[in-house]
Amino acid sequence: MSKNLVVRFAGEGGQGVVGGAELMASAAASGGYHVLTFSTFPSQIKGGPAWGQARISSEPILTPGDYLDVLVAQNQYAYDHNLEDLREGGLVVYNSEEFEVTDNARALGIPADRMAREAGNPLASTIILIGAVARMAGVSIEALEAFITKRWSRGRPGDAAIIEGNINALRMGVEVAEQAGLSLEDLEPAPEHPEPRILIRGYEAAALGAMAGGVDSFIGYPISPATTMLVYMESNLIGKDKFVGQASSEIEAINALVGTGFAGKKVMTSTAGPGVSLMGEGLGLAWMAEIPVVVVDVQRGGPATGLPTKTEQSDFAMALNPGHGDMSVPVIAPGSTEEAFWATMHALNWAERYQGPVLVLSEASIAERAQDISMPDLSKVVDERRVVSQGEQGNRRYAGDGISPFPVPGGPGAYVANASEHDEQGDTTHLPDIHVTMTERRFKKLEVLNDATYEAENTGANDVVLTWGGSKGSALAAWQELRAEGVNIGWYYTMFLNPLPPQMLDELKGKRVLVPELNYMGQFANHLRAKGINAEAITQYTGLPFKVADLKAEIKRRVQA
Amino acid sequence: MAKRNPLYDFKWCPGCGDFGVKVALEQALAGRMAEKNTSIENTVVVAGIGCSGNMVHMMEGPQPFGIHGIHGRALPIAYGIKSARPDLNVVVVAGDGDFLSIGAEHIGPQARRNLDITAVIMDNGIYGLTKGQASPTTELNVVTSTTRWGKLDEKMNPFLFYLGAGVPYLVSQLSSRVKELAQDIKTAMDYPGFSIVHVQSPCTTYNDTYSLLKGDVKKGIEPLAYPIGEDHNPEDITAAADLVRGRRIPIGQIYRSAGESVPAHQRLAEAKAQANIEQASVERLLQAMVIS
Repeated sequence: MSKNLVVRFAGEGGQGVVGGAELMASAAASGGYHVLTFSTFPSQIKGGPAWGQARISSEPILTPGDYLDVLVAQNQYAYDHNLEDLREGGLVVYNSEEFEVTDNARALGIPADRMAREAGNPLASTIILIGAVARMAGVSIEALEAFITKRWSRGRPGDAAIIEGNINALRMGVEVAEQAGLSLEDLEPAPEHPEPRILIRGYEAAALGAMAGGVDSFIGYPISPATTMLVYMESNLIGKDKFVGQASSEIEAINALVGTGFAGKKVMTSTAGPGVSLMGEGLGLAWMAEIPVVVVDVQRGGPATGLPTKTEQSDFAMALNPGHGDMSVPVIAPGSTEEAFWATMHALNWAERYQGPVLVLSEASIAERAQDISMPDLSKVVDERRVVSQGEQGNRRYAGDGISPFPVPGGPGAYVANASEHDEQGDTTHLPDIHVTMTERRFKKLEVLNDATYEAENTGANDVVLTWGGSKGSALAAWQELRAEGVNIGWYYTMFLNPLPPQMLDELKGKRVLVPELNYMGQFANHLRAKGINAEAITQYTGLPFKVADLKAEIKRRVQA
Repeated sequence: MAKRNPLYDFKWCPGCGDFGVKVALEQALAGRMAEKNTSIENTVVVAGIGCSGNMVHMMEGPQPFGIHGIHGRALPIAYGIKSARPDLNVVVVAGDGDFLSIGAEHIGPQARRNLDITAVIMDNGIYGLTKGQASPTTELNVVTSTTRWGKLDEKMNPFLFYLGAGVPYLVSQLSSRVKELAQDIKTAMDYPGFSIVHVQSPCTTYNDTYSLLKGDVKKGIEPLAYPIGEDHNPEDITAAADLVRGRRIPIGQIYRSAGESVPAHQRLAEAKAQANIEQASVERLLQAMVIS
């Protein structure tokens, strides 16, 4: 019996390959399996190489899987370019209307589109393919039928016909695979789950975390791969006292965030690297005028337009200093679907607490993945609100050297929130001693962000892995496998990248720290070295996540070198 | 309700048109407070960058809330404030460089949203704070520090630009006519939608246009500025466009969209009321994702 089934649907944009993988994952999750998806596609609606991958497992999983058990190829290009990821003994299902595979005994041609048309259900070709894959991998067909019945029971008149058509399609696929006699080791039965689990996307987790954290307004501008969060908020943040708006640009968005924060509300946007580049000056305004705002950067490949739909972690350096001048923007980078929920809640609370901008560094692979996770423990949700001025300081908004009560328009304490250097009541001044006082005040406020947590395992080892953000899954899986092999290596991790937990930095002093990250420059490793840590980056910049096997080999090589 | 900061040492040049605008704005706000029995803290003045942006620090008497933001972005900031807090009275103060050059992209979106704010624009046809560079409203052929050969590009017609962008309420005024300007600003603040009061506010140091605006009847120089005739129908957008098309500057109500003005926040509130959907709790949204 096998613990894992990794299936990749590969073809071109518009052929439903991403949808195929997601449908397969949903069906498996519904049957009790753990699932995690990854997809990659070009920045276009139709055409170009695209694939979606689903990993289905009887055990908890951290990644979408390195190697494929089944490759579903819609065209010759997809076959040729994905075959290298097929594991030894893996199977191929291909669209025999498009091309023929003659030299591979473990490849099965299925004319799924034609079969679907002939069965009078032209939309069901993906389900035919899923039926074939399920039969080959020994996935319960009954469970899949039950999923189809649930999925299309929507209380509409046509439901029964659709369900029947789709179950027929599933069985057609099963039959083709049976006749071909190709099979893999059967998948272990799904585990029992005593607690309810949810199937959720990364962007949904981030959006719901923000809603749990009390977000009042969300203003964004469409940009891949961050648009999903804006769309989710438009559909779901709909209360009478809530506001969701589509801005005319990221520049308008960030300045509208500042206006909203100034007006006393918790506010957020989602964008990608190009958007953060445009927001730099506005983030400086929020820092300077001490106004809480949260920006979620769903990282993609850069620079400039870069790789709009691919995953990369190359915005870290910008996140710390997104604009000109002396500032240090707090950064939280979720490394998993669960963390995506808590990261946005923390970010909103941090922004309120220290009264300034906070950046959340997500990335394409986190935002777009679908995964089954435990229901977030809502008893741990906190909705912190800024301390509002009751007028005790008059209009001396910026008096003192720490957090000052925040005057909200309509209430007492009218002042000027000023992007220029300013005195206690916000009036412009360029006097040296005031610039010194105010600069120090703005940095000192970061001290209240002292509740960052971190993970630390096998802390006695001299060599440790410390990754960040979306590389957490691959790095943790690699570390676990190395530990199982007896390699003496430690694990450190935090999603709170700025300020970094001081105690973690202390513990890392004197150790050799290996930093897997998806960028060319080794941006986080550079930052750690500036903090006095002996950090070495392990980089990759393909637009794809790390494979566990690659990372494991590289870590091992460095440890043994 | 505090007074202006006595230590604030910024100065406008003697004769600057912005002095008149300042007094007019103070009077308009005082008038609004008295009429609506509301406090000054319910007003936010959002300033752009430039000489005119210092308005927010220069105002005397009861102090409204203010934001002195970054160059060109007063409108986006106002969009955030008003969408979060429709109860607040939001006034943008900016100059021609801030509003019509670096910030011009923000006019159309607020006009189409019909954001319920008032923008008071001080047009002096020059970048004053950076010491005299050409702005979009600098006249053709004028020599400035950045127009060595005389200004080669045409003067922008801000009124045509506003009309094209869909601005529903547009008034033209002179900074020297303080009483009328105060009334114009107050009426614009009362308008439920996006209103612009565009003020000719000359720069005595780098682009002194007082004499051009006033003209000189004795010397036979026709004044650039002239009052809009009684026969103009401000609800007729074609008439408004014809009115502003020439080189001269008509003073008065140029345009006011016909029919009822429904501001952005009211449109949203009505759409929500009509849909009558409750905000789902996070718990309920998560429950919908439970795998069964």
